[in-house]
Amino acid sequence: MTHPPTAADRSAPILSVRDLHKTYGRGPSRFDALRGVSLDIRDGESIAIVGKSGSGKSTLMHVLALLDQPSQGTLLLDGQDTRQLRGTRLNLARNKIFGFVFQQFFLTGSQTVLENVTLPLKIAGVGRRARRYRAMSALEQLELGDKAKNKAIDLSGGQKQRVVIARALVNDPRIIFADEPTGNLDSTTGRVVEDILFALNREQGITLVIVTHDEELAARCDRRIHVRDGVIVDGEQVAA
Amino acid sequence: MNAGDLIGTAIANTFRSRARTTLTVLAIFVGAFTLTLTSGLGTGINRYIDDTVAGIGAADVITVTKTADTAADQTDTGPREYDPESVLTGNGPAQSSVTLMTDAEIEAIGDVDGILAVEPVKSVQLDYVQHGDGTPYVATLGALVAGQSVQLAAGAEPDDDSTALQVTIPVSYVEPLGFADAGAAIDQPLTLALTDGAFTQHSTEVTIVGVAEEALAATSGTGLVANRALEDDLHQLQSTGLPTQQLDRWTQATAWFDEDLTVAQIDQLKDRLVDAGFSGSTTADQLGAFTTVIDTIVLVLNVFAAIALLAAAFGIVNTLLMSVQERTREIGLMKAMGMGSGRVFALFSTEAVFIGFLGSAIGVAIAMIVGTAASTFFGSALLSDLPGLTVVAFDPLTVGLTILLIMGVAFLAGTLPAARAARKDPVEALRYE
Repeated sequence: MTHPPTAADRSAPILSVRDLHKTYGRGPSRFDALRGVSLDIRDGESIAIVGKSGSGKSTLMHVLALLDQPSQGTLLLDGQDTRQLRGTRLNLARNKIFGFVFQQFFLTGSQTVLENVTLPLKIAGVGRRARRYRAMSALEQLELGDKAKNKAIDLSGGQKQRVVIARALVNDPRIIFADEPTGNLDSTTGRVVEDILFALNREQGITLVIVTHDEELAARCDRRIHVRDGVIVDGEQVAA
Repeated sequence: MNAGDLIGTAIANTFRSRARTTLTVLAIFVGAFTLTLTSGLGTGINRYIDDTVAGIGAADVITVTKTADTAADQTDTGPREYDPESVLTGNGPAQSSVTLMTDAEIEAIGDVDGILAVEPVKSVQLDYVQHGDGTPYVATLGALVAGQSVQLAAGAEPDDDSTALQVTIPVSYVEPLGFADAGAAIDQPLTLALTDGAFTQHSTEVTIVGVAEEALAATSGTGLVANRALEDDLHQLQSTGLPTQQLDRWTQATAWFDEDLTVAQIDQLKDRLVDAGFSGSTTADQLGAFTTVIDTIVLVLNVFAAIALLAAAFGIVNTLLMSVQERTREIGLMKAMGMGSGRVFALFSTEAVFIGFLGSAIGVAIAMIVGTAASTFFGSALLSDLPGLTVVAFDPLTVGLTILLIMGVAFLAGTLPAARAARKDPVEALRYE
């Protein structure tokens, strides 16, 4: 599916960054990870951030997901300046709006699949029964209902990544950030995981931000942003 | 994350690394065990002393003597000047003298501000006691003042309101005097003999009404206790034939004060007695030495327990630091999912407190079992001569405070690792290496 041009006019940007800079260290060890990035991510689109390792694509994702603060520049979430988001409100935004899918899964192996999936709801303070119900329906959506009581460590790679997607999904996020979601999977399983992510984007309107160096995966997104040395080098330019 | 989930998660996390948690809990266990036993020892012995206080003297009673020679150096072992009003109360280098008091001086004690009543102590020197035609034995005789009690093995206390001549004997006199047991001595006659001022020996027939247990520092355990009628009778007998100037001379007096007085007020009262030329010592003064020694021993033992706890606290720090290190990624993930730093801190502190609770609860429980068992053993074997003594006793307040204290120490130990966990940057934590 390609993004129809009209959708850009129809939906407002959920995330909007202007002239984003991110610098690590100072003096001789100073490293500029981002050097002036401007970008709009519209509600409901799927976007690929493509680049080699060290290009700054992961840093960009971290800033977009409010995990890292930019050194300079503005980041608007629903038109609101995120610099005003602090403490409880920042945590609430992280908990309610974003879901994460990582290449390395970051599951707690000794806990059951269900416990792993309920973690965001537990953090949100959702009650035990509601937590269980919502986690089970997320797992069933990903056809993992029968694995709920298994230890996370006993699952295969593809199953683990589906558990991670269930965990990202369980709190009804508006954006899912996927950092190399298929990087640790063989191509067949990788394709299944991709299909699930794009189906969520298509059917539930969840905005999808995929960070990858896999051109094939990037090609399935509505839009591709190529990052090199901390700047966007091509891809569809943002209408300022 | 709500409080219930937080505690639940923290408890679950402690059991994730079972071997490590067990070892840390064991270290705290040692500290808690020692602390509970040592403070139990203090509680047991001090409780015994408190129980014995009633036997030694009432809390509102002060024993007053006349200061012999205020200028004399108590440590001076050289010869003293003769004082016709003075009697020696000790032999050898430690000899000290007490000046006899006249009735007028007894009244002067009563005039001291804060003294409610005063009564001279009639000291009676017995020659011997004898039951029937049995062997005579040397004995001392004393009387009870209001508020004092006798720890009885059998019978009753001497009745001060009775006109009959009554006496209690220590349990150690039962067999020598020829009785089968303590019960058999009750209501039996006893002959008391004393010598009067004209060196004539008199004897009086009295009735044994009670047998007293041996007790720590109480006169009833070592000598006879007479009722008022007997005391008066014997004193009169003893004074027969004394020259007039030696009649009604007293070595000491018993004075009563308001029992609501504070320690500071009692000290002021003693100062006023000194100003009037007397010196007073209360029951608390006499017991003070015992309690001070025991408190010091318990304190030293508690210091050892505290050192064990300190070592255990470092164990907690170490355990949790390792745990934080291992769970860096998990912490990062939780923070990325919107868990606040405060909650992360609370999660790890709760783990520390729970480890502290486990160690202290197990330590206290086992210490109570061991302590009670040891107490029963010592009570029936080594220390059976001191009835009523429970060597190790536990009161719920102290035990509860011990657990709380250790949980507090665990919390403090947990703050460093917990703060480190709370400071973790989600991006750093999630970075793949």
